[in-house]
Amino acid sequence: MDLAVDRKSNDVSEVATKAAAPPSAHAAPAAKPAEEGYRTVGDFTSANPVMQARQVDVFYGDNHAIQSVNLDIGRNEVIALIGPSGCGKSTFIRCLNRMNDTIESARITGNITLDSENIYSRQMDVVMLRARVGMVFQKPNPFPKSVYDNVAYGPRIHGLARERGALDEMVQKSLERAGLWTEVKDRLEEPGTGLSGGQQQRLCIARTIAVNPDVILMDEPCSALDPIATARIEDLIDELKQNYAIAIVTHSMQQAARVSQRTAYFHLGKLIEVGDTDDIFTNPRHKLTEDYITGRFG
Amino acid sequence: MSSLSNLSVKEAVARGIARRYRSERVFRALGLTALLIGLGFLAFFFYTLIGNSYTALGQTRFKLDIVFSPDVIDPQATRDPETLRNADYQALARNALGALFPEVTSRGERRELYALLSGGAGLELQDLVTNEPAVIGETRTLWLLADDDVDVLVKGQVPRDVPEADRRIDDRQLGWLTALEEQGRVDVQFNRYFFTRGASSDPELAGIWGATVGSFFMLLVTLALSFPLGVATAIYLEEFAKRNRWTDLIEVNINNLAAVPSIVFGLLGLALFINVFGLPRSSPVVGGLVLSLMTLPVIIIAARAALTAVPPSIREAALGLGASKMQMVLHHVLPLAMPGMLTGTIIGMARALGESAPLLMIGMVAFIVDVPDSPLSPATALPVQVYLWADSPERAFVERTSAAIVVLLLFLLVMNATAILLRKRFERRY
Repeated sequence: MDLAVDRKSNDVSEVATKAAAPPSAHAAPAAKPAEEGYRTVGDFTSANPVMQARQVDVFYGDNHAIQSVNLDIGRNEVIALIGPSGCGKSTFIRCLNRMNDTIESARITGNITLDSENIYSRQMDVVMLRARVGMVFQKPNPFPKSVYDNVAYGPRIHGLARERGALDEMVQKSLERAGLWTEVKDRLEEPGTGLSGGQQQRLCIARTIAVNPDVILMDEPCSALDPIATARIEDLIDELKQNYAIAIVTHSMQQAARVSQRTAYFHLGKLIEVGDTDDIFTNPRHKLTEDYITGRFG
Repeated sequence: MSSLSNLSVKEAVARGIARRYRSERVFRALGLTALLIGLGFLAFFFYTLIGNSYTALGQTRFKLDIVFSPDVIDPQATRDPETLRNADYQALARNALGALFPEVTSRGERRELYALLSGGAGLELQDLVTNEPAVIGETRTLWLLADDDVDVLVKGQVPRDVPEADRRIDDRQLGWLTALEEQGRVDVQFNRYFFTRGASSDPELAGIWGATVGSFFMLLVTLALSFPLGVATAIYLEEFAKRNRWTDLIEVNINNLAAVPSIVFGLLGLALFINVFGLPRSSPVVGGLVLSLMTLPVIIIAARAALTAVPPSIREAALGLGASKMQMVLHHVLPLAMPGMLTGTIIGMARALGESAPLLMIGMVAFIVDVPDSPLSPATALPVQVYLWADSPERAFVERTSAAIVVLLLFLLVMNATAILLRKRFERRY
């Protein structure tokens, strides 16, 4: 354990000096890397971005969790965030819908926009933001209510359906898109907590898409599931990208390779490398990325 | 470790294993013994309590032929309610008893004879005439209330064969009583007054209903104040307030308040609610306010614990969907925390029900005959009634004290059963 940590920190310092000079051509014009900021290898921009993060720093008390991260989330694409535990990838996606606001010691600097609106500005309402940027969590967490009520909750609190018929339709459509409808259509009044783990996670996805967000954030959505349930979720993610931008945090590099178009590699709070998934996995440019995907650590 | 061979590991484990099992057996035996001792005490408690209290269900009565003489009740035949109310009904009962013993003539003897009757006999006749004025002029055979000294004698709680000086009933009275018993004019009947009346200095007229209603009103006030306030406080502190020195201070104070002796709250109630706010003394509303002060910390602590026990994943799920903090709390966290909150409330309310010390400070030990009809009318509470009766010299109050304790326990049982049923309805898996 101690050995591994030592090696990681050595790698970082070595890499930071090496990577300080070259790939400024890829940086977006808006992004001016700070002096101490780490400059990401590869192109962190997207042709059709829905969310853009620039110079994002997160502190938990004195702990500098992520350092000057620049990253775009593109429309109709899946971006995978990979990296060893504690590297800040979950912290980063939790900034995108301001879930970090719930942690009192968390402090965030930098700039994150959703459709060019700063999500940390005074004008941005956090309730509105979370309706537009949905989230699926690591452990399936359906409400201890019926399957129907789980899916209907979002539309209800946002007043998306005025009468019962419209709500029924919304629930059915969301469950269909989450690939769960045929399994639960006769069990809508049964508690959502009674479903199997994979079904629960798809229920959580259905619950998220019922609000029809622009972006769906997924924080290791398959880590608690068996391979068959995982495969179903991956198929689902593939379909969902027709309509949504998806950012998925995963520990499985195979999963990242299967579902994503772009991949971002985080290491100790820094975004080391971003690129097309195929490039990252076949031809990583940074040594840390290469070490990680070849399984030398992590 | 590596220096130990496989054999010596085995030996070491074998050496210790008997000791490990022995300590487990000793602990089990201790637990079982403690349980049996506890059950033994409980059985003894219920045995004495029920043995002492069930006789309070009965009350000795005399069968008398009452002549509703118009000369005594309403000499002018006005049938004016005022006249009817003020007539000397006790005289009717006295005359009926006197008629059975025509040989008793001297004033002193007659007074002794009449002492066998309770003062309540006249009240019973008055009730009858008020409800049914047509009875005037008739003669009816009625069972009328006997004095409590007769009652304990008839029930056998006071032996008849002790020297006269040690009895409250003298030999002559005992003779008359025996004569009445021989004529079949003495019987122990159901003691309905115990369940329908308030306090009285005559044990045969004293009832627990006044104190029960007083306790009910008081706990109603306590529940209505402390449950919503306690839950709201817990929600604010747990979900909304920022952690800083002030909230830490508040938390420490709430925990300390739960340990403050209850009589201190009584003093506060006297000083604040009665002297400053001018609320009526001896009233269940003041009692309820004081008990709320006492119950609040208990409910707040339990409610906070229940809120902390709700898994954070549920909060994240709600927030992630765009629920506001208030929606998250009301739709998801509160329903899951409700069973724990209700448990805390049961504990707090049970403590409040059994409390008598703070009520002494706000005048609820007063002797109150009327059954309270609102939280503002003077009242007493069940534990205070137990205390007052236990303090009374009459022998007949002994059984009533035990019976009042049984009523108190039944009240508690009903209250807790309701709360447990409610909790069952709220309980959900997550």
